[in-house]
Amino acid sequence: MKIIAVCGMGIGTSVLLKMNTEKVLTLLGVTAEVQAADITTAKREAHVADIIMTTPELVFQLENMPGKIVAIDHVFDLVEIREKLSGALGELGKL
Amino acid sequence: MDNILNEALAEGAIALQHPASSWQECFEVTGELLVKSNRAKPEYARAMIAVYQELGPYMVIAPGVALAHAKPGDWVISPGLSLLTLSSGVSFGIERFDPVKIVFGLTAIEHDDHITLLAALSEFLLDEAKLNSLLALDDVGSVRALFS
Repeated sequence: MKIIAVCGMGIGTSVLLKMNTEKVLTLLGVTAEVQAADITTAKREAHVADIIMTTPELVFQLENMPGKIVAIDHVFDLVEIREKLSGALGELGKL
Repeated sequence: MDNILNEALAEGAIALQHPASSWQECFEVTGELLVKSNRAKPEYARAMIAVYQELGPYMVIAPGVALAHAKPGDWVISPGLSLLTLSSGVSFGIERFDPVKIVFGLTAIEHDDHITLLAALSEFLLDEAKLNSLLALDDVGSVRALFS
């Protein structure tokens, strides 16, 4: 399974989101490759991602992507990430 | 772990209790600090402002904290950080995290050359007591002590 963490430039928020998503995946016992990317890269590559993690402000940029979009308000909030990510994983039958 | 932040914040990279009145000014000062500490060229500040104008305030990553940055590119000299604290909060137009009181400026050359730096920064940002102490400090030595 592939998860892509997206922010505008691919060096700040998305990297934080990737780190915390990996922590949550470990807690959930789910194996996935998580990649941090900027929006341009994401638009090019996200068609191979099962889940696209991003922040609410950027959702509209990614809406036509095939992956399931998970919008995280607070990239440091592991509880929020766990809740939303496990919801998405459940819908995809990966949990 | 802790010296990572002090190393990333080169000499000249920190300004405290600055009386900024707009998010634009915050980006300008954060950019100036990156120039003074030899991390970025002057055009980096304009690039950060352009990112905000194009993509909105998603760079505000926690209550009161923004992580300003632009794309890696010729305007980056070396990977690092700058730090600006504000004497009073400034609205960045993001309801859940406004007002912003701390702005970190980030430079990176590759997409992954600063992972350990962001891990250290993220550990610091999760420490509410340290964040609150930072807001009250007005001398660079004490800030460096807080990070070490």
